Amino acid sequence: MAILEITNLNKMFGGVQAVSDFNLSLDEGRIEAIIGPNGAGKTTIFNLITNIYKPTKGEISFRGKRITGLQPYQVAQMGIARTFQNIRLFPEFSILDNIRTACHQRANYMIFEGLFPLPRRVRQEKELEEHSMGLLDLVGLADRAQEMAKNLPYGHQRRLEIARALALEPKLLLLDEPAAGMNPDETQRLMEFISQIKQKFNLTILLIEHHMEVVMGLSDFIVVIDFGKTIARGTPEETQSNPLVIKAYLGVGEEA
Amino acid sequence: MPVYYQGIIILTCVNLISVLGLSLLTGFTGSFCFGQAGFMAIGAYVAGMMTKFWHIPLPVALLCGAVAGGLVSIPLGYPTLRLKGDYFAIATLGFAEAVRLVIENLEKITGGSRGIPSIPTYNNYPVIVVGTLVLVWLIRNYVSSRHGRNCVAIREDEIAAQAIAVNTFRYKQISFIFNGILAGLSGGLLAHYVGFIQPSMFGIPKSTELIVMVIFGGMHSVTGAVLAAIVLTSLPELLRAAAAWRLVVYGAVVVLIMVFRPEGLLGTWELSISSLRALRSQIASHFYKNERGMLRWRS
Repeated sequence: MAILEITNLNKMFGGVQAVSDFNLSLDEGRIEAIIGPNGAGKTTIFNLITNIYKPTKGEISFRGKRITGLQPYQVAQMGIARTFQNIRLFPEFSILDNIRTACHQRANYMIFEGLFPLPRRVRQEKELEEHSMGLLDLVGLADRAQEMAKNLPYGHQRRLEIARALALEPKLLLLDEPAAGMNPDETQRLMEFISQIKQKFNLTILLIEHHMEVVMGLSDFIVVIDFGKTIARGTPEETQSNPLVIKAYLGVGEEA
Repeated sequence: MPVYYQGIIILTCVNLISVLGLSLLTGFTGSFCFGQAGFMAIGAYVAGMMTKFWHIPLPVALLCGAVAGGLVSIPLGYPTLRLKGDYFAIATLGFAEAVRLVIENLEKITGGSRGIPSIPTYNNYPVIVVGTLVLVWLIRNYVSSRHGRNCVAIREDEIAAQAIAVNTFRYKQISFIFNGILAGLSGGLLAHYVGFIQPSMFGIPKSTELIVMVIFGGMHSVTGAVLAAIVLTSLPELLRAAAAWRLVVYGAVVVLIMVFRPEGLLGTWELSISSLRALRSQIASHFYKNERGMLRWRS
């Protein structure tokens, strides 16, 4: 069954058609990738799924429910977590707090209990901390839990951002260029990490990526877009040999 | 204790309560509020008029002043909290000026710019000090709760906060209401300490003074806000001997802090048992005992 269903999605910025008639049917448990040259509209699609932007036309449903028109936090509550192309952590927050804040499902004490150290709050806070430390352990940051997020090196910040997304306990994870700025060695470890969390948390993943070894190595299916239009879709093997894709990427001239 | 010192203590508490609200709203939630005096004016006039004209007991009047401050925040926050950074600051500034002008022009009710004289005064300072400390404790609890963390997340990155399921508007609204309540209470206390209120007490200089305290103490620390309220309220009094120069010194101290410690006096440091322990071991690491058992500075 499709966990995410996107039909005829369109987004205009003034006169620019950033996304045009985008369709996607993402089955549960799969990893699919959206690729395309810079400015093709990939991140815009993510922003439309998470409702940071409102679509000009079209519809998105998640697990059978229409999500267009909701607030971004409601979409996150329903189980869509994401990371950002230019990492968005909470810089002046400890690493532990970055995770703890995202564990919204694990604590439900009220505003009133926020003012007093009542038993339910104390108990839930303790559970939150244990759970968050478990997640930090998974990404190898447990020993630095009290450090500020801004002091982490770049690669660790990426991992922390993914861990924070996992803290939401999502069904669908949107990764926006997770391997950006990584060397081949780090990229390799990232790929293993993504496969590992997919298994462990039973995730469906939608990926934007420029590193072709990541895209080819991880995804079951690839959608290629250029200037907002879908120019190809298929398995990694089919996409690799598609002349339209090669043209979009290498910019084969008119004469060719 | 001499009445003069009692007065400084009460004024410190009055400022502190207001700064506490502002610390939550501006320091922790990241909405820069430049109209704190407007909320104080509402609290001061509501509470002051209740005790003076209707002889309502002081605690009830103070409570009503606080509630009035909180209630005003709801319709005001609804459109303004959606504004970004500077625009929100300007909107609150405009609100505070509007409140002041409304009070000035409602002469029949508020006495206009001549103000309301001989409000019953109250200076039981131990009660005020204990009450203030309780409020500090409550806000400390709040900022370290999951709700407080959501507020900080909004300050740090609003889009990321939404992406991890924080209802950003709701949390900004709650901080705004808490701030309104505290400012209203602070205004009511001020009215019943001074015994006289007039609109010019609640102008831009008052708002500025309070926001300076929050920045001075450290935007991200409740302890810093408390410390700043104490230092910056008593500093002009301590410097009274320097006559006109005291305000220059006050200004210079603020400038120096901003130049050398832009994150504020305490930054993100909070007073707690564990932070004191950490501080102690940090200081201890600078010393060592030499072979004769004498304490030496490790250079």
